[in-house]
Amino acid sequence: MARILLQFAHPILSKSRIHATLLQACLNLKNVTINDLYEQYPDLYINVEREQRLLLSHDIIIFQHPFYWYSSPAIIKQWFDLVLEHNWAYGSRGNALAGKSMMNAISCGGSRQAYTPTGTNRFTINQFLAPFDQTAHLCKMTYLPPFVIHATHRLTADELTEYGNQYCSVLSALANDRFTPDNFEGIQYINELVTR
Amino acid sequence: MKESFFFQAMVYLAAAVVMVPIAKKVGLGSVLGYLLAGVLIGPACLQFVGQEGTDIMHFAEFGVVMMLFVIGLELEPSRLWRLRKAILGMGGVQIAATALLTGGLALLFNVVWQQALVLGLIIALSSTAIVLQSLNEKGLMQTAAGQGSFAVLLFQDIAVIPMLALFPLLATATPATQAGGDHGSASLIDSLPVWLQPIVLLGSVAFIIVAGRYLTPPLFRVVAKTGMRELFTATALLLVVGIAVLMTTVGLSPALGTFLAGVVLANSEYRHELESDIDPFKGLLLGLFFIAVGASIDFQLIMANPLLIISLVLSIMLCKLLVLLAIGRSFNLSTEQNLIFSFGLCQIGEFAFVLFSFTAQEGILPKSLTDIMTAVVAISMAFTPLVMLLNDKLILPRLGVKKEDDRESDVAAEDNPVIIAGYGHFGNTIGRFLQANNVGTTVLDVDSDNVTWLRRMGFKVYYGDASRHDLLDIAGAARAKIIVIAINDPEKRLELIETVKKHFPNLHILVRSTNRYDAYDLMNAGMLHIYRETLDTSLRLGVDALTLLGHRAHEASRAAKTFFIHDERTLKRLSAIRNEDEYLMAARESMDELERVIQADRNATSLHIEEGWDDATLALEAKGTN
Repeated sequence: MARILLQFAHPILSKSRIHATLLQACLNLKNVTINDLYEQYPDLYINVEREQRLLLSHDIIIFQHPFYWYSSPAIIKQWFDLVLEHNWAYGSRGNALAGKSMMNAISCGGSRQAYTPTGTNRFTINQFLAPFDQTAHLCKMTYLPPFVIHATHRLTADELTEYGNQYCSVLSALANDRFTPDNFEGIQYINELVTR
Repeated sequence: MKESFFFQAMVYLAAAVVMVPIAKKVGLGSVLGYLLAGVLIGPACLQFVGQEGTDIMHFAEFGVVMMLFVIGLELEPSRLWRLRKAILGMGGVQIAATALLTGGLALLFNVVWQQALVLGLIIALSSTAIVLQSLNEKGLMQTAAGQGSFAVLLFQDIAVIPMLALFPLLATATPATQAGGDHGSASLIDSLPVWLQPIVLLGSVAFIIVAGRYLTPPLFRVVAKTGMRELFTATALLLVVGIAVLMTTVGLSPALGTFLAGVVLANSEYRHELESDIDPFKGLLLGLFFIAVGASIDFQLIMANPLLIISLVLSIMLCKLLVLLAIGRSFNLSTEQNLIFSFGLCQIGEFAFVLFSFTAQEGILPKSLTDIMTAVVAISMAFTPLVMLLNDKLILPRLGVKKEDDRESDVAAEDNPVIIAGYGHFGNTIGRFLQANNVGTTVLDVDSDNVTWLRRMGFKVYYGDASRHDLLDIAGAARAKIIVIAINDPEKRLELIETVKKHFPNLHILVRSTNRYDAYDLMNAGMLHIYRETLDTSLRLGVDALTLLGHRAHEASRAAKTFFIHDERTLKRLSAIRNEDEYLMAARESMDELERVIQADRNATSLHIEEGWDDATLALEAKGTN
């Protein structure tokens, strides 16, 4: 069993149907702790001690957020800046997170086609997520392929429900150690493991 | 057995303990409860107390003296100065007009003019004890009606002194006893030559002011250093009793003297300590006084002339009411405030007992008349809470403030999720903020002027004391989610909390607190959401100060947030310590407390450094020295 910490960040959840659905989908999963960052720290004043304690007591850290400007909402950047301290998360004596996994679960307005070398956004999602990938690497963590929802503005209710189910499957598979490192080889999104 | 002191004490205390909660429960107020307790144990009912009731009344009048001391403590000289127009204007006109009207009526009944004047002047006095106690209980002291009542009562208390001097001149018969009464006439000053008398009078007043300002603070400091709480209490009592003795010796009113001392000490650092020390004595003595009034009502005399006495009571109260209404109107009180003011003051006061016994002794008024009048005074005092109740429940609801209620909202329509109790500067910001975010609020406030104005601005505001559960019910407390307690009186807040906890456990309580000590009391009351009213503002100022000194704005505001969290945590920690030290002297305690807080500030390891943003260790590692 792996314990999952869901670091959720959405500045206006009341206007979001995607993330509300995703949260709903994993609400009853065992071994998943939801940490609603904007609710916890409405003024971006992050309790570093609490966050580090949460990190230590979990194995997989998932950042769930909308893909604002090819990255995360501000609070996640603030979180990285303040929580991942030198000689705690990284540095010659920073081994607190070694061996844990990190993953992003994001929603973006653009289609998958838009995130290709020939599309409007020119780079792939995986390329844009390089800072997360590298942060995980520096903290001696494994970076997992992201869970991605594309073209959110055109999503039908059925499609959305389907994404909710996918997310639920991914999380429970992760929690129950059903994915092996080989599974992640050669895939772009973790969605692919539960849609085949 | 009836003579034993303990038996007497037991009877009085038991009567109070039984009757006052009952009276409060049915909404009659504590004063009426005490009066009923007095009637119950008096000659008319259980006969535990006989004629000695009057003696006890004289003793318990000291409660009034203490009350004026406490009032003085809450009244800085500058505020007194601002009230001067109300005191002289309202008070002066009230006494003159009432005396003329009632005295004039007495003339019609063939009373000689001297006696009519004396009667009129005595009748003009109202009961400081009953009125202030009731207004305080309802939290109305700060309203226009409360301030007006206070001004009139203060003037009346002052006016008693010249009355005592004037009445012997109006005597139409020879004094019954040459020695005179216990009030004033037998004073030391009479033996002095005439030219010396005013000097001694002024001298003793000056002595109180000078001693209050320069002698008492060092004395209290010495006493506080001993660390014995009871010694401080004893000193406080000594102060009040000493002034009373001095004043009686020179023939001035003790109440006035202690009031003056209170005002002088209002700016001293021992003000709160003195207040909390004297308060229980004041409360007990006042209670005793009301019981004695109840017990001294001579039901035999009333039974002998029921019609005469009742019609006297009613016509006197009506006369006073009319005069007061006219005064309130001419001093621009709104109708509701004017009704509270006038109904409150329309009884005859406790000084009348003193003055009637004095006038009987001096042969100014015949004994047969003063006996009847004493009964009239007692009954009019007993009527006061009833009359106030009548005004609260029957008259006010039909007027202005509540008339609009009937028109635009019925009870069931009040379904706002938030109730705000107290809509002064604290409450109204909360209300505006919630309104701006489309959250409906129902507001309760005791200041009818404020209520009228807010209603005109289109707010849903109810007039009344929020700690009454029936009013909360009307305001929709059973269906609301949150009650915001923004009242500025800490005791009222605690009262309201009790009511809410008992009758509306569904509500989240968010409560304002004045300071740390207040916050501790609220924690003891089980409150989770406590907001110290100056904390955030002080810190915001601190941030601006840091910024002006050249600190980066973001760092300064983060530092303030860190400090805020640290301070809240310290508050919680120290509240646990404090409970164990409850016997510590309050005056010392505030110093110790601050010391502990400052110590906690020092011990906090990182009040301003954000480790993650600070790359000092990283730099060291990069240089290979780590």
